[in-house]
Amino acid sequence: MTNLSRRQVLQLGAAGLLLGNGLHITAAHAEGGTVTIAYNVNLPSFDPTTGLSAVNPTIQSIYRSIFDQFIGQKPSLEFQPGLLTEWGWSEDKKQVWMTVREGAKWHDGSPVTPGDIVWSLERAGKMDGGNPIAFIWSKINNFKIDGSKVTADVVSFEPTLFKWMAFLTGYVMPKAYFEKVGPEGFEAKPVGSGPYMVDQFERNAFLRLKANPDYWGGKPAFETVIYKFVPDATSRVAEIESGSSDVTVDIPFEEFDRLKSKEGLAGVSTPISDIGMIFLKNIEVMNDKNVRLAAHHAIDKQAIVDKLLRGYATPIDTLEAPQYAAFDASIKVGYDAEKAKELLKASGFGTGNPAKFRIQTTRGLKPKDYEMVQAIVGMWRKVGLEAEIEVYEIAKHYELRAADQLAPAAFYNWGNAIGDPTTSTGFAMFGPSPHSVWNTDDLDAMIGPLWGEADEAKRIAGWKAVDKHIAEEGYVIPLIQYQQPILHKASIKVTPNIAGSPEPAQMSMA
Amino acid sequence: MPLTLILSRAVSAIVTLLGVMVIVFVLVRVVPGDPVAMMIAPGATEADIAALRAHYGLDLPLYRQFGVWFGQVLHGNFGTSISLKQNVLTIILERLPATIELALFALALAVAWGTFIALLSTAWRDTWVERCIDGFNSIMLAVPDFIWGLTFVLVFGVLIPLFPISGRSDPSLNQNLTTQFFIIEGLLRGRLGFIWDVLKHMIMPALTMSLPLAAVIGRVLKNTLMDVMVQDYIVLARIKGLSPSRILLQEALRNAAVPALALTGVQFTFLIGGTVITERIFSYPGIGNLAVDAVINRDLPLIQGLVITFGTLFIAVNMTIDAMTAWLNPRLRHA
Repeated sequence: MTNLSRRQVLQLGAAGLLLGNGLHITAAHAEGGTVTIAYNVNLPSFDPTTGLSAVNPTIQSIYRSIFDQFIGQKPSLEFQPGLLTEWGWSEDKKQVWMTVREGAKWHDGSPVTPGDIVWSLERAGKMDGGNPIAFIWSKINNFKIDGSKVTADVVSFEPTLFKWMAFLTGYVMPKAYFEKVGPEGFEAKPVGSGPYMVDQFERNAFLRLKANPDYWGGKPAFETVIYKFVPDATSRVAEIESGSSDVTVDIPFEEFDRLKSKEGLAGVSTPISDIGMIFLKNIEVMNDKNVRLAAHHAIDKQAIVDKLLRGYATPIDTLEAPQYAAFDASIKVGYDAEKAKELLKASGFGTGNPAKFRIQTTRGLKPKDYEMVQAIVGMWRKVGLEAEIEVYEIAKHYELRAADQLAPAAFYNWGNAIGDPTTSTGFAMFGPSPHSVWNTDDLDAMIGPLWGEADEAKRIAGWKAVDKHIAEEGYVIPLIQYQQPILHKASIKVTPNIAGSPEPAQMSMA
Repeated sequence: MPLTLILSRAVSAIVTLLGVMVIVFVLVRVVPGDPVAMMIAPGATEADIAALRAHYGLDLPLYRQFGVWFGQVLHGNFGTSISLKQNVLTIILERLPATIELALFALALAVAWGTFIALLSTAWRDTWVERCIDGFNSIMLAVPDFIWGLTFVLVFGVLIPLFPISGRSDPSLNQNLTTQFFIIEGLLRGRLGFIWDVLKHMIMPALTMSLPLAAVIGRVLKNTLMDVMVQDYIVLARIKGLSPSRILLQEALRNAAVPALALTGVQFTFLIGGTVITERIFSYPGIGNLAVDAVINRDLPLIQGLVITFGTLFIAVNMTIDAMTAWLNPRLRHA
């Protein structure tokens, strides 16, 4: 028998205490009316209308928890009343009108007024005010308030104006409070009118929200929401696997498959409004239509989806995903390696004499981005296209794209949470847009008139025609529509959101 | 330490810091990634882009940009962060205490562990104990810190969930503190439960950072102890009949500590640099984690502010170590 000294006994006791205390950490959070979300990005700023973070799609689910948008959006992307209950254009499209919800309150208890709506729109429309979408908001001015109704004059007709009211920077801000505390005071203690109120924030660590008991849409299911900011995917997996968090997003598909069948956990993965694509630039061999079309026909997108993305994506042939307003299922390009070889042969290329170009890609920014490009380059090689891969950071991509200096091919992902063709095909393909890469007169001539088209049916038909023309000419290679893997405790019900990340207000106990 | 030596060290520190400022300013502007390109709105015109560039002063020639920034820094103004829209100095001062507490905790662990294994392998020299420690030391040195971090996450976060994986404190606790020095202020306020929670959050990142440093300290200290143990005064102590443990701890350790201490200073600066990766893995809200976001967002004012902060920390650590080394070794006071 081993004799234990007094010191050894004390040491064992301390170890036991430590173990017991440590195990306590894994206690379920959701049971106490709290849901803890291991989130993939940090929250840089509480102002959802200015600066870089305002246009970061991943942060919008946090903003939507604290603030209300002018117009709401269902998880299906369908629009619904927000702080505006009704909205529309005058017959001649020279004015807009909006009816402001009555009974909505700011988190400090003061009422949301039509004055807040007007102030928010005017502030957003100032070109030097720091709102990245000011070019949209500045298209209405001369606001008038009559009871709960607000009207404004149209400076230039923007068909997507009301859609933007449910999108990036389309948030209503508290005029009186903001003017009282200023931008820095607002960052220190933000006030919104959304379903949750800010309770505590530690930058780069966590955000704790409390349910808004006076929310006009009804008090949300969870009393407390904790966002843990965990940018590292491995750590997010550990958070959910250890039970320290209840919900997490954007984890590797392999881990998602492994964990979703684990006892006590569940997973849901549905398409979101993010697509993967290859920008083509009208330089070098990409000026040859046969090369462009061959590059598209040579890609077996379904194989990429099945083998690389484990089925968690949908192949697409235009920049419009199936949920978008201008999606046209009849536009098909299709995988046809033989056709690709014939096209290249017609231009004098083949496996012995390949068409050579560079393709740029990020690595790890999106799931399997680099691996997808590697697979595509392999498929291209078999038909007579030889692409050299250049890996860069996303910041470099933006710099090169703004300077119009991208390589002949560049992998990128494009988000479009309002599903309008202007915010997908439009900005991605219209030559004068700072975000476009392809730049030819035929395409610009087709797109140009659509920006201000007042007839909605004609406008959507016009964009479908543009998409068809792009597919026939091979001006871009749309690849896949992404899915968002959400892993959560089986005791929690999470509603997926096509716009991107799930929102706490759409979570409840199962 | 003589006044002239202090002055010469201070001048040297200022020159070093100036050099750091110039290098970082130029570097962040020549590396790929234009911050303005990341902010361009879909409908922006050439004029809008030019206005944005002018707003951040990026339209000026490089030397003028540096002049404006340098003038601001001299007045204690590090500019406004592009991504966080707040004063850079305020942001850094808010996050710096978290990193200082983590680094000091990691240092304490490294010194304690390194000293322990050095003493152990000296006491049991030429035995299997020494060979085991040497082997373990080699592993600690060979494995990069981020691998240690991921291993700890898996082992002590998931398999045997002893410690929290992310953050600095339990989000469900109310912090209610005036400063960001959680441990120090927690001690002053007698909030032992809160301190314990903070320490639990610090253990895995601190261990991650401390292992390589502990291995270095252990190896250097052991070698020095081996040299010291054959000195005449140690032999004399043995003849006097002092116990082996007393000889090792009281006679040999103090004399062997000087080289290890000097090395610890140098290695501590690497440890502070290591916070960048470790804080990211453990989502620890210090300046290392902040630096990663700043680089991703090409937040030039914040990157510059952080590099100056890291530079100042390095210089301060080295000066402190110089002073301590001189205090321990009288010959150096007059060097």
